[in-house]
Amino acid sequence: MTDGNGTTTETYERHDFDVIVIGAGGAGLRAAIAAREEGMRTAIVCKSLFGKAHTVMAEGGAAAALGNVNPKDNWKVHFRDTMRGGKFLNNYRMAELHAKEAPQRVWELETYGALFDRTKDGRISQRNFGGHEYPRLAHVGDRTGLELIRTLQQKIVSLQQEDFRETGDYESRIKVFAECTVTELIKDGDRISGAFGYWRENGRFLVFSAPAVILATGGIGKSFKVTSNSWEYTGDGHALALRAGASLINMEFVQFHPTGMVSPPSVKGILVTESVRGDGGVLKNSEGERFMFNYIPDVFKAQYATSAEEADKWYTDPDNNRRPPELLPRDEVARAINSEVKAGRGSPSGGVFLDIASRLPAAEIQRKLPSMYHQFKELADVDITAEPMEVGPTCHYVMGGVEVDADTQQSRVPGLYAAGEVSGGMHGSNRLGGNSLSDLLVFGMRAGVAAAQYVGSLGGTRPAVSEETVAAATEAALAPFAIQGGENAFTIQQDLQQSMNDLVGIIRKAEEVEQALLTLQDLRGRVAKVSVAGGRVFNPGWHLALDLRNMLLVSECVAKAALERTESRGGHTRDDHPAMESEWRKINLVLSLTSTGRLEDETVGLERQPVPTMPTELLQLFEWGELSKYMTPEELEGLPGATKMAPLPESEGA
Amino acid sequence: MGYDHHFRVWRGDDTGGELDDFSVEVNDGEVVLDIIHRLQATQAPDLAVRWNCKAGKCGSCSAEVNGKPRLMCMTRMSTFDKDEVVTVTPIRTFPVIRDLVTDVSYNYEKAREIPSFVPPADLAPGEYRMQQVDVERSQEFRKCIECFMCNNVCHVIRDHEENKEQFAGPRYLMRVAELDMHPLDQADRQHEAQEQHGLGMCNITKCCTEVCPEHIKITDNALIPMKERVVDRRYDPLVWLGNKILRRTPDRDRSSTTD
Amino acid sequence: MASGTLDTPASSAPPSRRPGGRAAIVARTLRTDNWRKAPILTVVLLTAWIVISVVRVYMQKWYWVEDYHYLTPFYSPCFSTGCVPEAAHFGRFLPDWPILPYAAPSLAVLGLFRFTCYYYRKAYYRSYWGSPPACGVPDLHKSYKGESRFPLILQNSHRYFFYTAFVLSAVNTYDALLAFHSPGGGFGLGLGNFILVGNVIMLWAYTLSCHSCRHLMGGRLRHFSKHPVRYRAWTQISRLTGKHMQLAWATLATLLITDLYIMAVSAGWISDLRLIG
Repeated sequence: MTDGNGTTTETYERHDFDVIVIGAGGAGLRAAIAAREEGMRTAIVCKSLFGKAHTVMAEGGAAAALGNVNPKDNWKVHFRDTMRGGKFLNNYRMAELHAKEAPQRVWELETYGALFDRTKDGRISQRNFGGHEYPRLAHVGDRTGLELIRTLQQKIVSLQQEDFRETGDYESRIKVFAECTVTELIKDGDRISGAFGYWRENGRFLVFSAPAVILATGGIGKSFKVTSNSWEYTGDGHALALRAGASLINMEFVQFHPTGMVSPPSVKGILVTESVRGDGGVLKNSEGERFMFNYIPDVFKAQYATSAEEADKWYTDPDNNRRPPELLPRDEVARAINSEVKAGRGSPSGGVFLDIASRLPAAEIQRKLPSMYHQFKELADVDITAEPMEVGPTCHYVMGGVEVDADTQQSRVPGLYAAGEVSGGMHGSNRLGGNSLSDLLVFGMRAGVAAAQYVGSLGGTRPAVSEETVAAATEAALAPFAIQGGENAFTIQQDLQQSMNDLVGIIRKAEEVEQALLTLQDLRGRVAKVSVAGGRVFNPGWHLALDLRNMLLVSECVAKAALERTESRGGHTRDDHPAMESEWRKINLVLSLTSTGRLEDETVGLERQPVPTMPTELLQLFEWGELSKYMTPEELEGLPGATKMAPLPESEGA
Repeated sequence: MGYDHHFRVWRGDDTGGELDDFSVEVNDGEVVLDIIHRLQATQAPDLAVRWNCKAGKCGSCSAEVNGKPRLMCMTRMSTFDKDEVVTVTPIRTFPVIRDLVTDVSYNYEKAREIPSFVPPADLAPGEYRMQQVDVERSQEFRKCIECFMCNNVCHVIRDHEENKEQFAGPRYLMRVAELDMHPLDQADRQHEAQEQHGLGMCNITKCCTEVCPEHIKITDNALIPMKERVVDRRYDPLVWLGNKILRRTPDRDRSSTTD
Repeated sequence: MASGTLDTPASSAPPSRRPGGRAAIVARTLRTDNWRKAPILTVVLLTAWIVISVVRVYMQKWYWVEDYHYLTPFYSPCFSTGCVPEAAHFGRFLPDWPILPYAAPSLAVLGLFRFTCYYYRKAYYRSYWGSPPACGVPDLHKSYKGESRFPLILQNSHRYFFYTAFVLSAVNTYDALLAFHSPGGGFGLGLGNFILVGNVIMLWAYTLSCHSCRHLMGGRLRHFSKHPVRYRAWTQISRLTGKHMQLAWATLATLLITDLYIMAVSAGWISDLRLIG
């Protein structure tokens, strides 16, 4: 082993496992638990320390139709809300599995030791959230993500303790490789055979040999300047999957959370939870107008209040009043804020006002939203119990991701699975708040079980890791050290973030996206010439240089798909094509690499693919009138009872 | 708006190091972590720092700022005078890897030594019933973001390396308290707290509470109540006498936490 | 774990547990604030208080105001055969030796109640013992085992001193009630009464805010929901416990004020400001 200039013999550690989980957020941990419970030797590889993954940032809750607060809730209502939120572009099967299995996955957490907030009768309390018809989010104050990740982390520890009692070694069945980055997936023929990575703390290389890899790496938000996402969100899983031959879908759909902090500049983008609105907070412009009433789209007219009086009554009497428009799906609210600011009715720092101070007593705000209270107090010197917050849209989530089989989460590549944000299809064109944490649990577990079954089916013959692939991966990882006098990775990252934010951001135009594609091409050349100062021990410059390659690739996918889809839907808004088109609803855009090799040689290909057709029994859950807003006349033809649909009987709960 | 501030940052590794001086631009509303990032981007691209959410929620960017354990992302520059030197050092109690990054594996090892939640055998998922007032105490401890600053500042291990083996640190003693107060946990944890995890070493000097970024009252709500529960079990002469006379084994037959 | 190299086989150690040590930071503490202030202030104030009160309890005089039945808490209950009979509400049985304070039993108990108190422990461990002097400032001692063994393991006896302190607070309350006395024999009221009552209220607040009290009142329960009354009591006591430090200092002050006032009246240096009788 040598220093950063890697000239002589390069040693590496080699680890054999049954299943490798990349990413230690909610999806990764749930997948690892499932794989281990199926008897697999499982490794968890994560870029941060164990327990720090981005899941901790989730505030609002985990959506599951437990029916604890409103007994009318059931999986069918949840399914409907999810499809509506995603503008019917969702993979219906994933949405169905998600709605059906989320309650079981949430209850399971209690057996791991989770302590959710309670209802009066001692069950899990549920809160209102944008796009959900009933109070549905199991939560713990405004730190639900922390509870979820800590609970799963502690479950892993408890499994390790079981293994210790049995084998004398905590890590005999689950081992966590923290602060370790995977740079390449390794294949044997067309099947996965392992992964290659390095320890962040000392720069040494590792080779994992395993027939199954589960990607649970989260999203791509760090490609945008204003984002609620952390440095980890560089699209690693998306890029690894592409390079391994898998495909991505729906990459044009990027969710901008309507409420991020806008001031001071250094905290711009940090999330302000939707619970602020769920608990009564309202959005106002600089003229003091509660402007969301002006932005209720036709498809949602039936469910949302048109006057402040009605909206305010909903908080106490949700059965007889329609919801306040502040709780429209995120894409609608984000666009509305954007329009207000553009029309010159924004707040001093370029956002709008989110007011909870005039709506709830100070003590109740502190009790219900403690971390928001502290966040504003400590980062912005704003007392949210006394004055309104300034908020604006921030890049939050990517709906797109690895194209997977709905039931098993397997990608096109045998042995490669994806769960959580890195997978695509579940949320269609827009994700509802709260559906992410439940998505992690439902599909994390499914991926873990499916990967275990796949490994079990292999018998004794496992795909192998070849020395050549390891050598190539090593060379690629060390490349930045070999370049002298090149650019600093941080500068290129800033340029990339600025371009994506300005040109492929919340509102898009063909010319701008084309411009972005040119810029990305240019950046590819610059990334290839990045040079790194210092050695390999915990060197952030080097780490970023490697992550940049992934950011570039996924940014290109986002831009390509955004240019192709000439309509506006959910997390994709085209200024030059503002309408939602029924024809486009039938189409998924699929991205894959058409040529691989060095960074400069990678070419992203795009093809159109039909969205899976919903079976009749699921279609029947919707009113005819609603479906007709999304679907083409041909699709609706021949639907039984198409002219009028009965509302759901209340007893139909799951 | 912007001005130059004098920073001293410890740079080095386990073989040695020193405080390096920097003059670096500071703008309105910035926090110490912003300044460290600016150093990375402009003057020291290989300056090692661990961070993640930059919103005080993940507990990654713990360091010592002017000698006090702080989350760098929550330490606003406006809390310092413009001519006040700001000194940033890695947390002291754990081995340094490089610059501001330390090896915190002590904490993960201790976490593994705390027996996990033992669920009631007779309840299926979905059948758990707990009252809000009963979960609130443990919920306070579950706010912990595991920044490990309490373990870092605790003099029991900060100043006495040799105690690391027997002492779980405030973070994990609080974990024991959290489980002991969990309404449905089935395990007996009070002897263990004293015998295995070193509760007796705590001399309640409250530095853990002082540094907690989540404002958890670690000492008052976790450590002292745990000490009192241990007293119930071990140092109550009446109980001791009763056990002697009746020849009971003191472990299982009397739980100090009634019902 | 297996390992390999690109050219020849080699081994590598897992990097998770590196030998090496802590960062070599020269300064013992880098704190720039005035961290010495709190421990120094604690030592000065506590020492002064102890000196004054020791002097007072060995004076064995000026503890009782016959006219108004004021009895200082430092001499209550007065058990010594040297006590003025009227001041000894609970009998006189201790020998009248100069080395034995008149209220030796209660002083011992109350002293130990405060000595083992969770707040005072923090205060003197930091300031007198320097273990640690302040957060992030090194311990002054080479080795440390805390309260895990003799003698400090005896700190666990705190709750027994709480029980007795509770009883003694009742005794102090009784003293304060008896003091509504006029020289003629009927009801009387003077400044001394306000001082005595004020002191007793503070003593109760301090005693009830004790962490052991909080534990016994409800902290030891696992299910608050099944004990609504104890839960409410625990909630109230918890509020007081949050002020335990302030109450600890406040009672030191009220005790001293009460004693010095009664001494001054008893010695005839001042006369009590009378409202009634």
